[in-house]
Amino acid sequence: MKFSFENLLNAGGSKQTYGLLNLRIFAWILYGCTRRGILIPSQILSQIIRIGVQAIPMASLVSLSVGFILAMQSSTELGKMGANSFIPDLVSLSLMRELGPLLVAIIVVGRSGSAVAAELGTMKVNEEIEALRVMAIDPIRYLVVPRFIALMIMLPCMTVLGTCVGLAGGWMVCTLDMGMPSSFYIMRAMQRPELWDLYSGIIKTAVFAHILITIACFQGLNVEGGAEGVGRATTSAVVYSILWIIIADAVLTGLFFFAV
Amino acid sequence: MSPTPKSAAPASDVILEVKDLVQSYGGRAVLNGLNFKVRKGETFVIMGGSGCGKTTLLRILIGAQKPTSGSVHLFGEDITKASPQELDRIRLRFGMNFQFGALFQSMTVGENIALPLQEHSRVDPSLIEMIVKMKLELVGLTGFENFKPSELSGGMRKRVGLARALALDPELLFSDEPTSGLDPVMTAVVDQLTLDSTRKIGVTAVVVSHDMTSCFRIATHMLMLGNGPRQGDIVAEGTPEEIKANPDPFLRQFVRGEADGPIAFRLSQDDYLKHLLEKG
Repeated sequence: MKFSFENLLNAGGSKQTYGLLNLRIFAWILYGCTRRGILIPSQILSQIIRIGVQAIPMASLVSLSVGFILAMQSSTELGKMGANSFIPDLVSLSLMRELGPLLVAIIVVGRSGSAVAAELGTMKVNEEIEALRVMAIDPIRYLVVPRFIALMIMLPCMTVLGTCVGLAGGWMVCTLDMGMPSSFYIMRAMQRPELWDLYSGIIKTAVFAHILITIACFQGLNVEGGAEGVGRATTSAVVYSILWIIIADAVLTGLFFFAV
Repeated sequence: MSPTPKSAAPASDVILEVKDLVQSYGGRAVLNGLNFKVRKGETFVIMGGSGCGKTTLLRILIGAQKPTSGSVHLFGEDITKASPQELDRIRLRFGMNFQFGALFQSMTVGENIALPLQEHSRVDPSLIEMIVKMKLELVGLTGFENFKPSELSGGMRKRVGLARALALDPELLFSDEPTSGLDPVMTAVVDQLTLDSTRKIGVTAVVVSHDMTSCFRIATHMLMLGNGPRQGDIVAEGTPEEIKANPDPFLRQFVRGEADGPIAFRLSQDDYLKHLLEKG
């Protein structure tokens, strides 16, 4: 069979490797940008709400708690050196560069990654994915691409929101407990980080979103063996996503802040 | 009124042709060189006991599985050699009614039926809504558009599955065990719907079933797959009358639903003794 863009869109049939799944997602997005009716906005919007917006309260609560913890932990140590004025710097840098992207991604893995793997897995077991193929509807285009686009949009947004909420947590500890003026906290928290710190966090988030959603979809689409298989796929989706997100984080942190 | 089998279809207009089809798993042939043809307008019933390879055969016929060897010509094109795009084009010409409906649980009944229309036609949404109502009327489920599949009984789900399979007015309908698990009345209703599809809409049907009453009620042509010692072979093929008159003991036992006969469900005495004395 000759190689063509159309063949790539449909490559592999019901058997997908992880690499092929990634290639096909990008091929469908590219194809969808040139043809009408391939990417369905209502489906993407519905996934944005289901796997993004509905995870915001949980992600915000975790970020707020992390802001609290960072400010409280650093105040005990920095206070000994009389360096409490550096707490806003530490909170904002930690959240923008590292904890914001990582924690929000891990929360979304637990909440939405597992849900995607379980949903697709159940669809596979119930022959719904087979039914899509028989109706000449590509499951990657119909099921995976909207989830992929939704998460690629929502995870960076949620990370920015989570970082802001985390900064608010730090602010509460600094102003209410340590009596630091709000204007001072805000000024230090905004002045210390550079634009690159924000960008690096967002780049990390995009990579995490890609890892998260592709692993969740891959595990879901490859379910074998009924309810037990769905359980296994869900566990694998969460475990492998977290594992690869942390490895990717280590690699990206090395690239952004040590190699440069 | 009880439906009766129709006369044989014309000899021309072959819609589906299976040639030397072999499917084996780990050296064990599940389908062993099958050859048969389905003609336009027929209700072709494939029957056989559990594990005889009916579902495997159906999966090959709809292009969901590649056979070990042989060919399947659907509408004159060999789907075993077709590219994914060609296969998708062919798939638009047939519908598939899954054993358990395979309805999308996250969608309503109406959305399930509308999906193939939304994906493959440029029909106005108001017209799609009308077509959905027509298909639901066809299967006797008027007014169920906004129900979720989980709110329906097994028989209703099968009927919605049939309505969805017929959404694009296919030329050919594949049906996997359409009456399994249904009570006698619902079985007769589903059979009547299959007959309506073939008679009123002119759809050719390929039905996989082991419900003999249902098979004889709807079939214009029948094929029986063997299992056990005749695994993967065609035991008999012909019109319902020919099948009824066929003296093959294997076929007779299956049609009459008898426990004793060539289709053994237990090992022979010698084999049983050998099995008991087997070590490891």
